[in-house]
Amino acid sequence: MSLDPSFVGRTYPPTAPYQVGREKIREFATAIGATDPAHHDPDAARALGHPDVVAPPTFPVVVTMAASRQIIEDPALGVDYSRVVHGDQRFAYTRPVVAGDELVCVNTIEDISSRGGHGFLTTRTDVRTAAGEPVVAVWSKIVVRGEA
Amino acid sequence: MELPTQTFRVTRADLVRYAGASGDFNPIHWSDRFATKVGLPGVIAHGMFTMALVGRAVTAWAGAPDAVVDFGVRFTRPVVVPDDDQGAEIEVSAVVREVTEEGLTRLDVTATCLGEKVLSQARATIRTPR
Repeated sequence: MSLDPSFVGRTYPPTAPYQVGREKIREFATAIGATDPAHHDPDAARALGHPDVVAPPTFPVVVTMAASRQIIEDPALGVDYSRVVHGDQRFAYTRPVVAGDELVCVNTIEDISSRGGHGFLTTRTDVRTAAGEPVVAVWSKIVVRGEA
Repeated sequence: MELPTQTFRVTRADLVRYAGASGDFNPIHWSDRFATKVGLPGVIAHGMFTMALVGRAVTAWAGAPDAVVDFGVRFTRPVVVPDDDQGAEIEVSAVVREVTEEGLTRLDVTATCLGEKVLSQARATIRTPR
């Protein structure tokens, strides 16, 4: 699977704002077994200085995975999603995501390479509030496996 | 310095719950028929579910749910989750690599399943516990 290297450096238009709900954070925390009260109880989160319940560290993937469809489904890039496996993932936080955040994602293609018949695609997603405050930068590398 | 090892059990029910909560409905995480068709040994855990469990371990070590400032992993081996009550077991351990003057602690994390590493280059930076 070869991906067009001319896409490196391409930045996509900002996504529509994602409204982070308190119940979504609770649902995600419950699904991963995260029982700290700050994920569930607004008062516990406020005691730590946050305006509402705090999302677990990997929660932003809920937002960025939806946003990355912009790239994955870009017909000009031509990723075959049925052959995709997850390579690397990284989050660099300015602050944790909290309920009430309205998050906008800006996707940039940082790197495209191929090796051993497989394609590698690294994206960076800058996640900011609708007001422009940076929250977290998210890097994701996917592998598009070649035909065996 | 080594941090205490934490163990997490992952069953098929956990994968279904995670699929719903995360929005990742890739059938390799719930259908043996589909998983084996694409060459996997069976249903595997979402890489991001494994990373989320490691994130729980990291926040537990930090002693605060909001202490993680940087967190990255490479997925090197799938976690196969059998369709039984035991599921799979993931062991997470870490060593403190560095404590900076700015009040940050850098951890090198290891996650294994059945004695094999499932992540590489797993690193987390946390605010140093007070």
